[in-house]
Amino acid sequence: MSTPIVEMKSIEKHFGPVIALAGVSFDIRPGECHCLLGDNGAGKSTFIKTMAGVHKPTKGEILFEGTPMSFDSPRDSMEAGIATVYQDLAMIPLMSVTRNFWMGREPEKGFAPFKRVDFDHANQVTMDEMKKMGINLRSPDQAVGTLSGGERQTVAIARAVYFGAKVLILDEPTSALGVRQTANVLSTIDKVRKKGIGVVFITHNVRHALAVGDRFTVLNRGKTLGTAGRGEITPEQLQDLMAGGQEMAQLEGSLGGTV
Amino acid sequence: MTDERLREVSRLRRAMIRPELGAIAGTILVFVFFLMIAGDSGMFGPKGIQNWTVVSAQFAIIAVGACLLMIAGEFDLSVGSMIGFAGVVIAILSVQWGWPVWASIIVAFAICLALGFVNGVLVIKTGLPSFIVTLAFLYILRGLTIWLSILTTRQTIIGGVKDVAEGDPLAWAFGGVILKPVFQWLADIGLIDTFTRGTRAGQPVVEGVPMLVVWALALIVFGHFLLTKTKFGNWIFAAGGDKQAARYVGVPVDRVKILMFMFTAFCACVFATCQVMEFGSAAADRGLLKEFEAIICVVIGGALLTGGYGSVIGAALGALIFGVVQQGLFFSGAESSLFRVFLGTILILAVILNTYIRRMITGER
Repeated sequence: MSTPIVEMKSIEKHFGPVIALAGVSFDIRPGECHCLLGDNGAGKSTFIKTMAGVHKPTKGEILFEGTPMSFDSPRDSMEAGIATVYQDLAMIPLMSVTRNFWMGREPEKGFAPFKRVDFDHANQVTMDEMKKMGINLRSPDQAVGTLSGGERQTVAIARAVYFGAKVLILDEPTSALGVRQTANVLSTIDKVRKKGIGVVFITHNVRHALAVGDRFTVLNRGKTLGTAGRGEITPEQLQDLMAGGQEMAQLEGSLGGTV
Repeated sequence: MTDERLREVSRLRRAMIRPELGAIAGTILVFVFFLMIAGDSGMFGPKGIQNWTVVSAQFAIIAVGACLLMIAGEFDLSVGSMIGFAGVVIAILSVQWGWPVWASIIVAFAICLALGFVNGVLVIKTGLPSFIVTLAFLYILRGLTIWLSILTTRQTIIGGVKDVAEGDPLAWAFGGVILKPVFQWLADIGLIDTFTRGTRAGQPVVEGVPMLVVWALALIVFGHFLLTKTKFGNWIFAAGGDKQAARYVGVPVDRVKILMFMFTAFCACVFATCQVMEFGSAAADRGLLKEFEAIICVVIGGALLTGGYGSVIGAALGALIFGVVQQGLFFSGAESSLFRVFLGTILILAVILNTYIRRMITGER
């Protein structure tokens, strides 16, 4: 097994009297998809925000490629190579795909004061990168608003990959999508993983997790309930861990199947 | 995963999805209309063209600033008051205190940029809507303008700038006229009428291109280049489109917004300086309602009030429509109060059209 890119050791995070995270350990290795599962309120969001540099952990240690790190801002973690794709805040609908793709890192040409964005290059790269992810854009000038939810996620993922992310955190990328689009995003995750990037896939959908995950960590009430590898755990077991067992089993019995 | 259902977008429809569409159509319409009803009134003679060009250029100067600010997601309602304030500052410093005019102009610009900075910082730090913050400055600056003017001269109009501005290099950059020889030559070959009597007999009725027009063109070119071609332009769109998403990818949203407030203030000061040099005086009520006129130009030009979308060229065409209609009604002998009716109507039409275009872009239904 290769060494983890990011290792989070017994992370605790308190917000005043609220203990959001009570000792969470998690690691992500190159080329794997590590799913982080948990029900609403389990602490998934707080945890990934700690990893992305939005929150500072109250206790615990973050190792990046073996050395202890402390991220003061999202910018820090981004520069280290941890990219986060948020579910709804990924793209600006009124702007073109190219403008979104390069936002914040626009390539320039010419000399000051006539420095301008190299749109030929930017458009070309955008088209190529999107093609690699399996999306044929009509034109790089088309507004992101014309893309479907899944395609938007894909643009955001392609952007992160192109700009050299080593770890890609996806915050519930499939929760608002239809069946077909979910499949597309999952296959994108698979492509990204094959490039040797570590993918942290946050979801509360067991089937989506099992479709691409290599390892599964379940979070419940701010604690990790353990990590299992692919094939070591059944969907039902995962579901039970997430929901806290008994009650869920009864509910499912009355509903007639796995939720 | 190309979606075959998205394939059928006609070229016409795609050509239509651009912010300037309404403004281009409006410009053509307005010109056709006035050529028909006022074609022989002198409106399209040299003097008439100069007349509406200057008025349009005035609108354009403040519209460029308001346009970039609106695309960045903010408003500045203090533009009109800032025009009055800057003018009075120049007049008090140069006429009352006897400063050189160039120094007075530089100080006025410094004060305006500082005010723009304060506007921006207040909006960013308090998180309040810029509408409220700049509304406060609309009153504060207007009040200060009248108070300063009365305090120093006991009246609200300060004259005499023309005499002190004589031969001042910076004053010329705002009140001067260029291309005089070209216009003299045009007069010599008979394309422009000349004065037939009086002290200026033999000179063309249109002396040249006023610096005001040069400033308007320069600001339009600068604004358009900045917005569509540069990295900073992309950040302006991003800041107005979705500031949180922009921040996540490292766009310095606060800096962009503050700089746009300062640019708007700069444009207001250009307007004020040109006006003071043209009239030779400053008055405390100058610039009244200019903030709204600037916003109307920008909206006619296709920008969305919610930010993130718009065009400087559109705003400039909006200013042209504005100027042509205002002066055209005068030339055609129509009641000038109808101008306001026209403004209100065209504003509503423009907003409806913009909303429709936005739906086409974002695919909302």
